[in-house]
Amino acid sequence: MTPGGGSGPMKDCEYSQISTHSSSSPMESPHKKKKSAPKRKWEVFPGRNKFFCNGRIMMARQTGVFYLTLVLILVTSGLFFAFDCPYLSEKITPAIPAIGGILFFFVMGTLLRTSFSDPGVLPRATPDEAADLERQIDIANGSSSGGYRPPPRTKEVIINGQTVKLKYCFTCKIFRPPRASHCSLCDNCVERFDHHCPWVGNCVGKRNYRFFYMFILSLSFLTVFIFAFVITHVILRSQQTGFLNALKDSPARYPFTETNSVVCFFSVWSIVGLSGFHTYLISSNQTTNEDIKGSWSNKRGKENYNPYSYGNIFTNCCAALCGPLSPSLIDRRGFIQPDTPQLAGPSNGITMYGATQSQSNMCDQDQCIQSTKFVLQAAATPLLQSEPSITSEELPLPGKTSVSGPCATLTLGQPTPPSSMPNLTSDTGLTDMIPLKEEHEGHQFLTPEEAPSPPGMLPSGSPITHSHTMHVLSLASQDSLHEDSVRGLVKLSSV
Amino acid sequence: PPQVHSLQELRRSASLATKVFVQRDYSDGTTCQFQTKFPPELESRIERQLFEETVKTLNGFYAEAEKIGGSSYLEGCLACATAYFIFLCMETHYEKVLKKISKYIQEQNEKIYAPRGLLLTDPLERGMRVIEISIYEDRCSSGSSSSGSSSSSSGGGGGGAGGR
Repeated sequence: MTPGGGSGPMKDCEYSQISTHSSSSPMESPHKKKKSAPKRKWEVFPGRNKFFCNGRIMMARQTGVFYLTLVLILVTSGLFFAFDCPYLSEKITPAIPAIGGILFFFVMGTLLRTSFSDPGVLPRATPDEAADLERQIDIANGSSSGGYRPPPRTKEVIINGQTVKLKYCFTCKIFRPPRASHCSLCDNCVERFDHHCPWVGNCVGKRNYRFFYMFILSLSFLTVFIFAFVITHVILRSQQTGFLNALKDSPARYPFTETNSVVCFFSVWSIVGLSGFHTYLISSNQTTNEDIKGSWSNKRGKENYNPYSYGNIFTNCCAALCGPLSPSLIDRRGFIQPDTPQLAGPSNGITMYGATQSQSNMCDQDQCIQSTKFVLQAAATPLLQSEPSITSEELPLPGKTSVSGPCATLTLGQPTPPSSMPNLTSDTGLTDMIPLKEEHEGHQFLTPEEAPSPPGMLPSGSPITHSHTMHVLSLASQDSLHEDSVRGLVKLSSV
Repeated sequence: PPQVHSLQELRRSASLATKVFVQRDYSDGTTCQFQTKFPPELESRIERQLFEETVKTLNGFYAEAEKIGGSSYLEGCLACATAYFIFLCMETHYEKVLKKISKYIQEQNEKIYAPRGLLLTDPLERGMRVIEISIYEDRCSSGSSSSGSSSSSSGGGGGGAGGR
């Protein structure tokens, strides 16, 4: 037991190092402000988001289309107010610019609210929580079968009598709650995920869906309003003086009015259609995501129904639009505490517990799975997304993917399950890797005496099983990636 | 007050052994509810009723926060009428209840959990996914000077936790 006692604190150390690593590594913080001051949580946020105003504003990384939306609305309304409103208020009623102004402010308010708020991002699991989940998954697998079946990384829950599958998210290390989905563009799990809307430059989810809906609804009113009165303007003018004379009369004005009417003409249909679609979704309490996948459609079976619906259209609408507004869960402006309890404990304790030991095991396994996923992701991204900015985002990954090399060979080649993986930071070079591996092998022989593995957790044929499961796992995650991308394409085309 | 003292001392003098996570209960939909099933790791540490009462109270708070009814409709409509600008200067009902919850958790920690070597974490800090319960141990074997007022039953609990 002396070697065990000797390496106990070391293991604990490694564990804590791994945990700090995994909790804060995937982020790159381009928004460094002050180095000495305590950092706020948004500065180390792991998702691909942009933050402004010291974390008060949160958006997706790509915001180009959002500025286009903004310019389109501003220019169209500006032209309307500048060139059509004076005439209309004089000839018909001054209520027209007033109503237009109210609508315009409502549109802008809801648009900015949608774009700038947290859509309902779920924070990633803490290392302890992730380790606990891994243990639960392993226990579930060990008890249910001999170990040859791949670990099903899904959990079934019954919601209002309907069975719903919860998928495990390899990035966030959680079982995604019902209705949540992982946004591949922002790299976050979002609660009640609706879709990622490039037009508003943000995901649309639980926390900003009502803003989004009010935005498209008011925008459709605004475009219809502007279109109608631009046409009225043209008709009135042409009645007065004749169409050609009117053109000659004010050559500088008419092109603007005409562009305005053309822009409105084309946008009216899509926006009104979209708001109609979302009205349908709200009244049946569905998300775009669920509608596209057909989660609750009758085609999947007669017994299939939407378990979240309140049963009548009116309640569904009220719940979606006037229900309680849930709080942001990521605490963007909170300060990072340097001495979190989960680090304080193991770093100075001399005691060693079986639980901690197995936790570190699970963590490594998870790291391995994680890195496999990264390889797949890196392989898949050039195919899925052609934007160069994405690939530049993926560039830091090779440091990470190199991790999977030793991890994989160890899993395949050696007859023991991987024990603690020594301190893997993303900047470990190849030179670091070799001695680390030796150290690793040293541990390998100690493992059986140190921590007698609980009978249920590690089946006897573990090397084969393990590699097998890894393979299937990678396939599964590839599959889900593929599914994600297809869904994304469908979504994009629908928007 | 001695309770506060014990809570702080717990963090300093005892080392963290393990953590137990109480998962969400989704059987009634996506409203925030936690499972009231008693985790076996706490068997030797705390009475079943005390734990269940805490979780039930928390569930009650969350149900109150997410209740859909007259007042929530009023709040929603008022916010909508101001193009949601009112949220810049108004606290929502949900946020008020969350403050109540964090106060309640702190109180429970001081009164019930800390003296038993346990510590609850506010679910809000864990994305409302879990209630995290940290189990602390006395620092065994080492010559640590400040082995203080933690519970006497920690030895038995340590055996239980290590055995798993």
